Amino acid sequence: MIKIENVEKIYAKGTAKEVVALKHINLHINKGEIFGVIGLSGAGKSTLIRMVNLLERPTSGRVLVDNKDLTALDSKALRQARKSIGMIFQSFNLLSSANVYDNIAFPLRLDNDYSEDFIKTRVQELLALVGLSDKAAMYPSQLSGGQKQRVGIARALASNPKVLLCDEATSALDPQTTNSILQLLLELREKLDLTIVIITHQMEVVKECCDRVAVIDGGTILELGDTLDLFTDPKQQLTKTLVSAAVRRGLPELLRHTEIVKEYRDGDKAVVELLFLGPKADAPVIVEVAALCNVKISILAGSIDHIRKEPFGLMVVEIGGNKEKIQNAIKELEARVHKVEVLGYDRRQQLAELD
Amino acid sequence: MTAVSNWLSSINFAQIGQLLYSSSLQTLYMVIVASIITFMLALPLGVFLLVTSKGNFYEMGFINRIIGAVVNALRSLPFVVLMVAIMPITVFIVGTRIGTTAAIIPLIVGTVPFTARLFETSLRTVSSGLVEAAQSMGASSYQIVRRVLIPEAMPELIQNCTITVIVLISNSAMAGMIGGGGLGDLALRYGYMRFRLDIMIATVIVLIIMVQLVQMLGDYLSSKFDHR
Repeated sequence: MIKIENVEKIYAKGTAKEVVALKHINLHINKGEIFGVIGLSGAGKSTLIRMVNLLERPTSGRVLVDNKDLTALDSKALRQARKSIGMIFQSFNLLSSANVYDNIAFPLRLDNDYSEDFIKTRVQELLALVGLSDKAAMYPSQLSGGQKQRVGIARALASNPKVLLCDEATSALDPQTTNSILQLLLELREKLDLTIVIITHQMEVVKECCDRVAVIDGGTILELGDTLDLFTDPKQQLTKTLVSAAVRRGLPELLRHTEIVKEYRDGDKAVVELLFLGPKADAPVIVEVAALCNVKISILAGSIDHIRKEPFGLMVVEIGGNKEKIQNAIKELEARVHKVEVLGYDRRQQLAELD
Repeated sequence: MTAVSNWLSSINFAQIGQLLYSSSLQTLYMVIVASIITFMLALPLGVFLLVTSKGNFYEMGFINRIIGAVVNALRSLPFVVLMVAIMPITVFIVGTRIGTTAAIIPLIVGTVPFTARLFETSLRTVSSGLVEAAQSMGASSYQIVRRVLIPEAMPELIQNCTITVIVLISNSAMAGMIGGGGLGDLALRYGYMRFRLDIMIATVIVLIIMVQLVQMLGDYLSSKFDHR
């Protein structure tokens, strides 16, 4: 649906203030997909999403939306093409001088083709779609953040776009409201067959609704893949940091103060991180392995989360026994859970074992 | 006490009323016509100064700087000097350089650059995010000005108009000097030259009331358009 081909963006090219915002980006976003772009501030994600509707023109490269090369269009044709690409913003960008009804009618009134009767029906449809039917006469200043974003979404959808761009659309909202907006986006994707591009710095957003994610840093795509893969098996350091911020919040202080060493010595216990995924997540793995391998397994930390609809469990355990038994246990665990990672070895003697 | 009551009894209220009435009408005529024409010229000029400025959506750096320089040059002239300096232009447009109608030309020339800058500043307060949103919906530059910038800045624009009208009232008094008539002329001829304190006071009161009314109307309209 969206093809970004070899796009480069350089500000103030050829001057001393030259800034390279994007470096040779190639990206294909499929129809009906919710695609996330995540990165820290200044990574270029804002510039990237503005390339899709050409609010920012690439210095070189092509941008195709629905097989139409936007970079080749003249300004009039481009304005027309933009009508099939909706966009919502972090700061909502609603007209404060117009009420909800007129804000949503705004894009429709840009063309003189629609009668006020048609506009009225369409606005009411859109209000119902975003759940704000009773707010038509309100002004934006009378609405909450979540309601403002719903108006923004209704306005973006007014001209039946095929693509919806979300520029940090939930960054100004509290977690609960963020969630309700994301659920709305998921729902709209189903109902309207939308392709959605979300840029965000919140991993939570990606976790909740993106099918695929690109991690962007310094104007390049660092890592791109299925959301689930990215969460369970991040390759790049930045991705690991971002992922751990979102899913390992539950892991307790305990681990941070445990001294873990890299090399095994007799009597050490292995500290192992287990990753459960999908239907395996609720099997009695720990008890099984402990009995099978005759090791002592104690649970240090655990959390269960969801990535999109998929349950996703993370657990840190200590395995005590001799070297052979520990290795055997790890092997058994690997056969049972999605991923096993040995974090290191714990040399401490537990109080319980001293007496 | 007797001095005051003697003075009061000597006042010819009928004469003052007559003079005030005709002078007020002249002032109103000058101010209303000049205001309307000033707004019509200053709004496009203000919009132009904004949208062609650096980093804006219709950037034209060179022309913007030239127009900006002309505007600044006109703004640096005191109204009295401007009034005299542009007399040939006044004659060319109105046919005479004396009279109430002739006074309107320097009034307009004097306030348009000032008001255009006020408008420009007010329009600049509209968030660039709103402009971007309108662009993302496929709005043309004209539509952005007409449907985003002007409605969003309306409360400020109205306040700018209030200031403009008040400046015009004050300048129209000066225009009396070149035979423009009006309240300023009345105060000068009777109050100053003929030592008519009563007429002086009456003029001052009428001017204060006029300015108050304009300000009140402006505040009312501005708040009516303000939904923030």
